[in-house]
Amino acid sequence: MRNSNNSSSTGNAEQKIPLLNDPKIRSIVYQILTIGMVVLLGYYLFSNTVTNLKRQSIATGFGFFEKEASFEIGESLIPYSAADTYGKALFVGILNTVKVAFIGIVLTVILGTFLGIARLSKNWLVSKLAAVYIEVMQDIPILLQLFFWYSFFYDILPPTREALEPMKGVFMSNRGLAFAIPEAHPAYKYMAISFIVGCIAVYFLRKWAKKRQEKTGQIFPLFLCSIAIILGLPLVTWLFSGAPHRMNVPELVGFNFQGGLNISPEFGALLLGLVLYTAAFVAEIVRAGIQAVSKGQTEAAMAIGLKPGQILNLVILPQALRVIIPPLTSQMLNLTKNSSLAVAIGFPDFVSVASTTINQTGQAIEGITMIMVVYLCFSLLTSFFMNWYNKKMALVER
Amino acid sequence: MKLFKLCLVVGIVFAISGVAFAGQTFDSVKAKGFVQVGVNEGLFGFGKPDEKGVWRGLDVDTARAIAVAVFGDASKVKFIPLTAVQRFTALQAGEIDVLCRNATQTLGRDTELGLDFAQVNYYDGQGFLVPKKLKIKRAKELDGATICVLPGTTTELNVADYFRTNNMKMKPVVIESNVELNKAFFAGRCDCMTSDASQLASVRAVAPNPDDYMILPDIISKEPLAPAVRHGDNQWKDIVNYSVLAMIEAEDLGITSKNIDEMLKSKNPLIMRFLGVTSGNGKALGLSENWAYNIIKQVGNYAEVFERNVGKNTPLKLERGLNALWKDGGIMYSPPFK
Amino acid sequence: MDKLKNNIIQSDGLKAPVIRIGALQWIRSNLFNGVFNSILTIVTLLLLYKVVPPFIKWAFIDSFWFSTAKECSAGDGACWSIIPANIRFIIFGFYPHELHWRPLLAMIMMVGLILYCKNRDHWKKSLIYIWIAGLIIMGLLMKGGLFGLTSVDSDQWGGLPLTLMLSVFGMVAAYPLGIVLALGRRSKMPAVKTVCIIYIELIRGVPLISLLFMSAILFPLFFPQGVTINKIIRAQAAIIMFTAAYIAEVVRGGLQAITRGQYEAAESLGLNYAQKMRLVILPQALKIVIPPTVGILISAFKDTSLVVIIALYEILKTTRTALADPAWMGFSPEAYIFVALIYFVCCYTMSNYSRRLEKELHS
Repeated sequence: MRNSNNSSSTGNAEQKIPLLNDPKIRSIVYQILTIGMVVLLGYYLFSNTVTNLKRQSIATGFGFFEKEASFEIGESLIPYSAADTYGKALFVGILNTVKVAFIGIVLTVILGTFLGIARLSKNWLVSKLAAVYIEVMQDIPILLQLFFWYSFFYDILPPTREALEPMKGVFMSNRGLAFAIPEAHPAYKYMAISFIVGCIAVYFLRKWAKKRQEKTGQIFPLFLCSIAIILGLPLVTWLFSGAPHRMNVPELVGFNFQGGLNISPEFGALLLGLVLYTAAFVAEIVRAGIQAVSKGQTEAAMAIGLKPGQILNLVILPQALRVIIPPLTSQMLNLTKNSSLAVAIGFPDFVSVASTTINQTGQAIEGITMIMVVYLCFSLLTSFFMNWYNKKMALVER
Repeated sequence: MKLFKLCLVVGIVFAISGVAFAGQTFDSVKAKGFVQVGVNEGLFGFGKPDEKGVWRGLDVDTARAIAVAVFGDASKVKFIPLTAVQRFTALQAGEIDVLCRNATQTLGRDTELGLDFAQVNYYDGQGFLVPKKLKIKRAKELDGATICVLPGTTTELNVADYFRTNNMKMKPVVIESNVELNKAFFAGRCDCMTSDASQLASVRAVAPNPDDYMILPDIISKEPLAPAVRHGDNQWKDIVNYSVLAMIEAEDLGITSKNIDEMLKSKNPLIMRFLGVTSGNGKALGLSENWAYNIIKQVGNYAEVFERNVGKNTPLKLERGLNALWKDGGIMYSPPFK
Repeated sequence: MDKLKNNIIQSDGLKAPVIRIGALQWIRSNLFNGVFNSILTIVTLLLLYKVVPPFIKWAFIDSFWFSTAKECSAGDGACWSIIPANIRFIIFGFYPHELHWRPLLAMIMMVGLILYCKNRDHWKKSLIYIWIAGLIIMGLLMKGGLFGLTSVDSDQWGGLPLTLMLSVFGMVAAYPLGIVLALGRRSKMPAVKTVCIIYIELIRGVPLISLLFMSAILFPLFFPQGVTINKIIRAQAAIIMFTAAYIAEVVRGGLQAITRGQYEAAESLGLNYAQKMRLVILPQALKIVIPPTVGILISAFKDTSLVVIIALYEILKTTRTALADPAWMGFSPEAYIFVALIYFVCCYTMSNYSRRLEKELHS
């Protein structure tokens, strides 16, 4: 390693003087040097690794994907048992990561927006409380917050048999939260379908309304109609399929609550920690975004006679969103990446399952590569979305 | 730019860590002047720092015995606390010379992981720890239970197998650190905890109220816990192996750290050979002739180590059971030292 | 137009100033201006009333400060006693008990140095040398082995000094690396540019914990047999690699903000690339990005807590080890609040400073 350094630096010195006047050649030399160095470093590490693996006769490759995992996973979105393969176990992990990231992002955006608006409130008390919240949450490491919430779940909440019941059908215990949910019925499937249909219909309605407005100048009451379609269609479906209303109420059977929807303390603590932490950052972004739209814009909009709703919709939001969306996406990505800390509090996310896999198979290189690749994919997807969005926004911008 | 990085890496490597290029572990250990041992980050009775930061435990004493064998000095050892995930790769990669971290010997680990296990220093089996108030008497009653288990261990696999063969359901809670897992269990996050019976005793010992918990009589697996070394380094494996065996042999011969100096005068050829009065053993291993004497003198025989760390007078209160000498009904047995 | 403006100003000046500084007036205009706000205020006050007094009772009135664990379990209040009872282990970890003055002195030095840097009049070239000297002395204090100081192996470092060391060394080493990466990314040479982009995006795309896993588990496999690097150093390397990528992006933002004219002016003066960057571009670019850089420093400081996961005994891990003692097991909220307070004080000071600096630099 030392040798390669020496030779490269002397190489620089020799070539520098005669070729000083030709930036093209110099640039090529630099590039070759850089690539050479990277390749050399890569080769050095790679060859060491291969020798080490060979010497220790450590198994390599992804053959373990097909092997039986033979460990259980605490919670899973798809049916999984110890008899399934490592591949499936890892997929369960990915799904769990996606689940926590998705729910986390939705809640974070809601809470963050709310806090951001509260921060700008004219009410001194509310604004100051929001400021304190934002400052405190931003300055405490997320991992510490996760530990705190996890210990809160199992140290403070009572055991299952003495579970708190703050509302009918909701139980809080050190095994997590148990909710009553509507009992399975085909009607719900149809409702989901009609919801999607409603969304598509609204999309086309919007297009049509915009065209009509451009042509005739008439304004269609879009917001109310959209709400009516999106909410009304499923409601009508529900009524037509016999309005099922039986609830699946959790009951204490044996050790745990059965039925209803269960949120484990691990998932609850992870979600709570991630949402409370990230929302503080989102609040700052929202505040900055709203403040970025100068007051003159609102006044100008008022001057040309727009109604308050229209001002928000047509003037402020499009401008504020342009400022908000890019940093917001990066916060979403941060949340997804931070969800990997689940491994510290025992939620079976992808990192957690992968690290169990590493341990059982002893194939650390493959395991860690997998972790990196999976998160890279998340990042790439996000940045594709970002680029697409930026382009779309740029078009709007004339 | 990469030059800078390379320099940085090289600089760090050369400036801070002692570099020891050596093929064989034994030579590199001698060159370093200490043995690097991977231990548990906090398992009462096996490997845990006490309130002054001094490491204590059965595995820790085994590690000390190895250091004594090589250097004649029990303090020439460096403990590296490792989590379950880190333990094997740390050994594979040469970060540690020997792993004394209650690791179970299995076929897969012996082959695919590139490890070699030495003499077992504790024969264990997997059991269940439950709070007494659940009124459970047998493992078969655990259907539907939430179970605390360390991820990446053989116990995690065994318990899944056990529930599958008995057609029962379970919900695992897996937390990587012992300490955190224990806390979750005591707080009632799980109905039961499963692990090696010795570990369960250790968990029970640190419970806020040990009498509230009991270990179920069912033992569902074989767990021979042994120190591990890298595959293919025979001399080093011999040294580790015989360091453990020396403690067992000493108990067999009735040699303790207290009576060892009188034993030096013994005319029993077995004892003379063992203590190096008749030379030969040390040379064969590449150690000094009094290596076994030093181990017993500084660390003690197996019985002493056992009683000091996990025996009846410790909070763990473990019986010798399988770990008694072969002549006392156990399976601890040492080949002759000749 | 001007006249009109003047008139307005004058008429404003002529009016008797309305002074509303009475407490009641303030409350009315800030808390009860309008129905909605009044309701909001009342609801918030109610909520605060529900939460704050019980908390104060728990934390201050019923609390224990220097008792044993037994007394704590008997009472209802917070058990702060866990902190004084374990303070030395929490702060210093495995560091030999009788030598605790050394890390303490090193920490005081570091805080002193940071405070000294706060004043912008002290930002000179000599500051770099002061820092280098300071870091060397601190390292010497921690490690020992010279001038009659007993040598303490880095395996025994832990607690708060380790946290500070990981973040400060991480920042100091990552900063130049980040600048180099940023320059590389802005470079016109495609190969250099690609390498830098790949590095930056790769690192920014993965969670820190995967890098830490890599440092703990894989790094040893990357080196020839017999070469071992201390676990702390490896974790430090991972943190540096991680932070550098983020700094690179911040610095790139600064570089992009420098107008083209500056580059052209520097070139027309006949400066070569290194001179151009060192004398013209970087001083301006780095000045612009001071506030976001402080932001990165803050997150790097918070991120050091993740080394818990690879069993390094930094302050969070030592706290949790203290919590593992059966006697203290139930008092995790108190212990976590204590650690959170340490982090909060450090981060809040930094972010406050960065805001002030931002204002100063803008004006």
